[in-house]
Amino acid sequence: MRTRRTAVAWLFLAPFTLVFLLYTAVPTVAALGFSLTDLRGSDLRHPLAVDFTGLENYVRLFQDDSFVKDIGNTGVFVAVGVPLTMAVGFALALALNSGIRRLRGTFRTVFFAPVVTNVVAVALIWRYAFNENGTVNSVLSAVGLAGPNWLDDTHLAMPVVIALGVWRNFGTAMVLFLAGLQAIPGDVYEAAALDGAGRWRQLRHITLPMLMPTTLMVSVLLTVFYLQVFDEPYLLTDGGPLGSTESVALYTYHQFGSGQLGMSSAASFVMLVLVALVSVVQFRLLRPRS
Amino acid sequence: MTAVAVYQNTETSAADHAVVRRRSFAQPLLYGALVLCALLTLLPFVWVLGGSLRSLDEIRSDPGAWLPHHVTLDNFVRLFRTQGFGRFLVNSVVVAIMVVVGNVVAASAAGYALAKLEFAGKRLAFGAVMGAMMVPFTTVFVTQFVITVDMGLADTLTGIALPALALPLSVFIMRQYALSIPDELLEAARIDGAGEFRIFFRIFLPLAGPAVATITIMSFLTSWNNFIWPLIVAQSMSTYTLPVGLAATSQAAAHVTDYGLMLAGAIVVMLPVLVLFLCLQRYFVQGIAGTGMR
Repeated sequence: MRTRRTAVAWLFLAPFTLVFLLYTAVPTVAALGFSLTDLRGSDLRHPLAVDFTGLENYVRLFQDDSFVKDIGNTGVFVAVGVPLTMAVGFALALALNSGIRRLRGTFRTVFFAPVVTNVVAVALIWRYAFNENGTVNSVLSAVGLAGPNWLDDTHLAMPVVIALGVWRNFGTAMVLFLAGLQAIPGDVYEAAALDGAGRWRQLRHITLPMLMPTTLMVSVLLTVFYLQVFDEPYLLTDGGPLGSTESVALYTYHQFGSGQLGMSSAASFVMLVLVALVSVVQFRLLRPRS
Repeated sequence: MTAVAVYQNTETSAADHAVVRRRSFAQPLLYGALVLCALLTLLPFVWVLGGSLRSLDEIRSDPGAWLPHHVTLDNFVRLFRTQGFGRFLVNSVVVAIMVVVGNVVAASAAGYALAKLEFAGKRLAFGAVMGAMMVPFTTVFVTQFVITVDMGLADTLTGIALPALALPLSVFIMRQYALSIPDELLEAARIDGAGEFRIFFRIFLPLAGPAVATITIMSFLTSWNNFIWPLIVAQSMSTYTLPVGLAATSQAAAHVTDYGLMLAGAIVVMLPVLVLFLCLQRYFVQGIAGTGMR
């Protein structure tokens, strides 16, 4: 009876398990395997010609200035993108939760729209808007400023790329904060108001502390997003100019594109470790306290 | 992950308990700020629509302008006549259908098993679902590509759809929903001698409508917006999906500064999802807020 039940259950699970094994489990293990070899694109037809090279790829990886720089760039994406996205999302959630009734749903829809919008299309708009004769510069020239060629400038490209990331992600942060805010019981505020606490003090002493679990969740979630950042730099600058916006994910892709599959796999495994570390922190922090 | 349940109440509860905090003088200010933010958010949409309706000459003579002097659909016509967007559109739809059907079938079955059946290896299976959500695409795409080539599916629509046929997010959504369906309903049928498959199809599935709807929309969104994977798998224009086709077209169009064509392409890619979102936004927000995945 019990074995029959198990067999039936695994039959239900079969389609998922098949795709999981083929496209997640095997590739993850294989990435580790590839990263220990000198596999190249041209070797795919003759897999036996591949040599085991141990940790050589990893050594080369960290000796590669552009990879080290990309780790720094990815760090900038996380360090700037995450707080900025959270700040915008939190401010909007707070505004939408402050008792307004009219147009509330409309605002929420508008602010969430970027999340579902196709990134290729948006990046194209972004590129055109920040082009030398683009909309942004024509606005600047209207007030008498000569705008730069944003995406060709090693200092200005990064802020533009991050801005696209923030535009795409703040809606997710907003919705999660909104849910967190609404889980705070109203009578807590009522009691505080009766005790003479003003708005600012309510925010500092009630809202922020009670929102802590949500804040942690959103920050971890966004950290994982930005750690893996690929679309924005790929579509806006392809990592340029001079590698100033190349992320680790983009590095992996570029190595793949030039046939360096061993190096690509090593870089991708570094990414897996980083994401896993963040996830471990997530589970630690978010574990329900007993 | 608790956001799904909480989100259900967002319409009603906020306005109630916030009354205490409301200051009348702050309201116009707040609305002003919100309207400003909304305009900033919508700016790219408005602008791309305006640009797509302008003629080539007009854009070249005044690239920074906002609204068309003469509205023309020429860019859209060229997109479908000469750039193969009809084909890209069909490809995107075909891939999306495969992905949606695959997810509804695979996730309903897997979610049901994970929530309602007791069996050896259950924890392992659930661990696989959670683990699969965590593994970065960056880590797996090289091998995914090698496997796809080995199966002879490079440059095919099936090859594009395959990895997304059973998304862990879909399984997770179905499992969470299935947990909320009372066991008694299924037990009653079991006592009456119904087999597991009968119970699944006759009792469970009819009750799982909302989860199926969320999965349909989420997997459609994932498929429609997916870019890197189709870019890697599709090697000829006949298998390009819309985002890949748009990227290729815009690269070519940028050289000849044919911005109208690019912007019209952007509209064609964005519009279906935006319209769907406006009609069914509750499911979108639930799906994304529930797990924070896209």
